[in-house]
Amino acid sequence: MTKRKVISVIVENQPGVLARISGLFSGRGFNIESLAVGETEDVTTSRMTIVANGDDLVLEQILKQLNKLIDVIKVTDMSEESHVEVDLALIKVEIKDPAHKSDIMTTVGIFRARILDVTSDVFLIEVTGSEDKVNAFIELMKQHGIREMVRTGTIAMTRTKIQK
Amino acid sequence: MRGSKILLESLKKEGVDTIFGYPGGQALPIFDELYNEKAIKVYLVRHEQGAAHAADGYSRSTGKTGVCLATSGPGATNLVTGIATAYMDSIPMVALTGQVPTSLIGNDAFQESDMTGITRPIVKHNYLVKDVKDLAQIIKNAFYIANTGRPGPVLIDLPKDVMLAEADYVYPATPNLRGYKPNTEANKNQIKKAAEMIEKAERPILYVGGGVMLANACDEMVKLAEKINVPVTTTLMAIGAIPSAHVLNVGMLGMHGTRYANYAMQESDLIIAVGARFDDRVTGKVADFAPHADIIHIDIDPTAIGKIIRVDLPIVADSKSALRDLLSAVKKLEHKEWLLQVEEWKKEYPLKYIDSDKEIKPQYVLEKISQLAKEDTIITTEVGQHQMWAAQFLSFTKPRTFLTSGGLGTMGYGFPAAIGAQVANPGKLVIDIAGDGSIQMNIQELATAVKYNIPVKVAILNNGYLGMVRQWQELFFGGRYSSSDIESSVDFVKLAEAYGAKGILIEKKEDVEKALKTAFAHKGPVLMDFRISREENVWPMVPAGAGLGNMITEGLA
Ligand SMILES: Cc1ncc(C[n+]2csc(CCOP(=O)(O)OP(=O)(O)O)c2C)c(N)n1
Ligand SMILES: [Mg+2]
Repeated sequence: MTKRKVISVIVENQPGVLARISGLFSGRGFNIESLAVGETEDVTTSRMTIVANGDDLVLEQILKQLNKLIDVIKVTDMSEESHVEVDLALIKVEIKDPAHKSDIMTTVGIFRARILDVTSDVFLIEVTGSEDKVNAFIELMKQHGIREMVRTGTIAMTRTKIQK
Repeated sequence: MRGSKILLESLKKEGVDTIFGYPGGQALPIFDELYNEKAIKVYLVRHEQGAAHAADGYSRSTGKTGVCLATSGPGATNLVTGIATAYMDSIPMVALTGQVPTSLIGNDAFQESDMTGITRPIVKHNYLVKDVKDLAQIIKNAFYIANTGRPGPVLIDLPKDVMLAEADYVYPATPNLRGYKPNTEANKNQIKKAAEMIEKAERPILYVGGGVMLANACDEMVKLAEKINVPVTTTLMAIGAIPSAHVLNVGMLGMHGTRYANYAMQESDLIIAVGARFDDRVTGKVADFAPHADIIHIDIDPTAIGKIIRVDLPIVADSKSALRDLLSAVKKLEHKEWLLQVEEWKKEYPLKYIDSDKEIKPQYVLEKISQLAKEDTIITTEVGQHQMWAAQFLSFTKPRTFLTSGGLGTMGYGFPAAIGAQVANPGKLVIDIAGDGSIQMNIQELATAVKYNIPVKVAILNNGYLGMVRQWQELFFGGRYSSSDIESSVDFVKLAEAYGAKGILIEKKEDVEKALKTAFAHKGPVLMDFRISREENVWPMVPAGAGLGNMITEGLA
């Protein structure tokens, strides 16, 4: 059965590391849904958040293969921990009829999205949240027509355990 | 100190005294430094692929990390097959490549190729040294990575300006690799569980792979087998881990394994896999593999465990320490009935061939080689039918005496690997069992063997075919021998002589022994051209995609 896994990978902040990771996925035929990379609090490391799909055997291999890379310092299977996930999308939504404007703005409100720019026929909207939430918002906007879209891919972080 | 000098000083710190290499523009500063270096001997090969395989043979026969060196661009890309060969068989190797100056990298400069990019999927790790200040630490790391954990090749790409730049030289005492901590000790609970499973099992078998050889754990493995009295089957990579004549040894398993090894696997109720990886050439059809067996899998590499087959008890550890722990955790066991059954299979389905007086049978040549060779003789092979016959019909008593390209199946491996093994073992007899196709893939190394008087013996089992291809075409492609007939492509005796080596043509069975004796007694390299029966097949065989229990044997009733 295919499952989705969010994996957080701390890697050496060095050139070529991204290629090692993406090469691993393409070379071994692993399915990658999204990959987001950025700096961390430590300048010598970067953090990648990878969302991958596969059955249990494949997902286990993905974790092990990532761990095997020399430049990988730590692999965390977020699905095993309490965590938050955030995805961000920028979407240009068409305003085909001025009468639709308020409808779009209501949806933006409900989703706590933001309108970043507006012209006579386009809203540029930013929406953040879980992947599901962003997907739902995109579905609703499709009725109006999406001219252009970009997504960051999921980033995730474990919750800090509260000391009692 | 200059970069090139730092390189050599660091190599010496790692115990390197031998390099197989080939020069070129971007590597000139390194070769220039080597010119004055007394403690490192450079063997100039005739093709960089030869350098990589020689470093590999040097490593396999000793356990030390082999080192090869090539220039940038075409020199470096010529190493690629050798690096991939080492990677697939987990051989510790450091490959050094010259590179264009850092200021030109990315410009499609003359003889530039992105070596860290090209080799990424076929190395354990690789480095591009951009600053001479990092050089010593990178070399420290590279050797540590290559020869710890699951070993493998590491490439270091060395831009020319970095080799010419100056830096202070201090060789670091330790690697700085926070992301690399191979786990060597087995978990105590897992060992206890393994011992319990072994004590409960009625028909256990040890399935041993190259990892046992790499960990120098053959002694421990044989002791365990003897204590718990179980049959031992080895993969191609583990031939020699247990003496061929040992009562518990059932030989190689898999596609061209013995029937009794495969039957024992299929009937077993517990497989103790050590340093093996359930390759498709071993398991046959996975769904039909060892249907009654629980599996204990000991491997240093967690990715090898559970990759192909579900495992009941995973043990991530170095084979040597895990086997030692297991040896003290298990009771002495008998398994009389099971061993009797295995013995019966051995008697009923021995490896055999139909000998002939008219033709030379390859198996006959191999049996003669085993009779005339010494205990510590090192055998290398090329790839094809001759390789499988060598695995089946030669006998071995010691580890690290059978060097063959298992994972990649590289034709052209055996001869340069024999040169590397001979360099590392000057006193020993080293023989490459070759095919008439494979030997031509690195035949140029005859010049290397002659130049340094490296007295390797090459036994070409010449069938005039790319025999393994022909066998598959005969069995599975209606006998259409498309591009597999290479008869009379070359006069090997003249070829040997052209290089200044000795050549011997053997066309009659009665001349086989004499030729071998002459060759083994000869002080220099020898090429023996055995004209064998052309359409001999390798039997038995599990057809690709069939279960291990479905071995076919034709014409050997
Ligand atoms: C470099 C390379 N190219 C192609 C192959 C595919 N291949 C496997 S065995 C074989 C034939 C080998 O012929 P030969 O060396 O004469 O050995 P024989 O099988 O006749 O004993 C070929 C072409 C290979 N393994 N390696
Ligand atoms: Mg042949």
